[in-house]
Amino acid sequence: MIKASGIHKHFTNLHAVKGVDITVNDGEVLCIIGPSGSGKSTFLRCLNMLEEPDEGTIEIDGEKVTKENIQEMRTKMAMVFQNFNLFSHLNVLDNITIAPINVKGVAKEEAEKKAKDLLKLVGLEEKAEAFPRNLSGGQKQRVAIARALAMDPEIILFDEPTSALDPEMVGEVLDVMKELADEGMTMLVVTHEMGFAREVSDKVVFMADGKIIETGSPVEIFDNPQNERTKNFLAKVL
Amino acid sequence: MEMYLKGFLIALKGAPITVGVSLVAVIIGTLFGLVFALMKKSETKIISLFSKAYIEIVRGTPMIVQALIMAYGIPVLLKENGIDFNWPHLIIPALVVCGLNSAAYMAEIIRGGIQAVDHGQIEAAQSLGMSKSQINKLIILPQAFRIVIPSMGNEFVTLIKETSVLSYVGIVEILRKAALWSAASLNIFPAYVGAAAVYLMLTYPLSKCVHALEKHMAKEV
Repeated sequence: MIKASGIHKHFTNLHAVKGVDITVNDGEVLCIIGPSGSGKSTFLRCLNMLEEPDEGTIEIDGEKVTKENIQEMRTKMAMVFQNFNLFSHLNVLDNITIAPINVKGVAKEEAEKKAKDLLKLVGLEEKAEAFPRNLSGGQKQRVAIARALAMDPEIILFDEPTSALDPEMVGEVLDVMKELADEGMTMLVVTHEMGFAREVSDKVVFMADGKIIETGSPVEIFDNPQNERTKNFLAKVL
Repeated sequence: MEMYLKGFLIALKGAPITVGVSLVAVIIGTLFGLVFALMKKSETKIISLFSKAYIEIVRGTPMIVQALIMAYGIPVLLKENGIDFNWPHLIIPALVVCGLNSAAYMAEIIRGGIQAVDHGQIEAAQSLGMSKSQINKLIILPQAFRIVIPSMGNEFVTLIKETSVLSYVGIVEILRKAALWSAASLNIFPAYVGAAAVYLMLTYPLSKCVHALEKHMAKEV
């Protein structure tokens, strides 16, 4: 379970996140939707302190995330980035095993065996030796998901995982994410894919101007939004 | 024509020293350049300041002046202070000067390479729980080196030409060979044209290799 309370983040001249509280329970999928510039990605990046929040607390299973324990806490919350960020000098297998081996001290053979299983899960067993530059965007993102899974995280944070993809590759990534959700993976997803949010999430959060405007089940948010801003936004994107 | 060929062949005898010194210097330069580049990045002010000062001083003064200070100045300074010191062989100050001179340029090249590593790579490494030193060792430096290999090749080409100043501090390399023959035979023009030809023979293929490497790297990233 991950719990964030009262998260604030300021940039020069911009109050990007204005007191956001979110709880994701074990096995839950929570999607954050909202217009560009609403602070949803910044909020997500505050959770694993890629952006250091100015205020607020973050807890994983009741344990507070601090500057001192952040390295260890990050192993519990893997992240999948919009731009994949696969290590360009490493092949697919090494991309997946480098952190388990070096951060968690897993033996090489064990890490590689697990990496191959994960590649099978994301449908890319035959790409173990390939380099990121030779993969399509959709393949890169599936490898990035396998890399995240290799750490056995409590939760995976997805930062607009399909936004940088060509339209025909969005489906293959969303399919893998659905599969994870079905298997009970805890996921916090910032996304513009309304179809995915509606179909897969347990909870949907609508954010605008750095604040949570509305929270509810997919049915509540998509079929019966209460707030004007939510209605406006959905009218534009659906 | 014969004189030109002779000039070329005489200068060529200096080539092993020129290439040898350049090779050793580029290795010293890479190692110390890496150290200076990392020092410059340091959060401890005094360390980064030292590195910055070193790089500015070395890049802001001619290598021939550095060579004269190292080869002739330092032994005299030490003797004046009661320490009996002579370089056992002049090749030592020559290697030290070329190596440490190159280190300043390499430091800037490597720093540029480190900065050129995509920030997303570092964030991905952080998000996987890697420590700062793990990120440096496993992600940033391997990628930075790939980026800077062509620039390092160019630095090697530059060094081959720059080592000609060592002819002023007692190293018999390409230029010194030519100068000696020029003085003895008075074939002044063929002697120096011969030296130029030998330098070109070394630098031209190397430049071509660097260029090919650059193209290859551009495709990889």
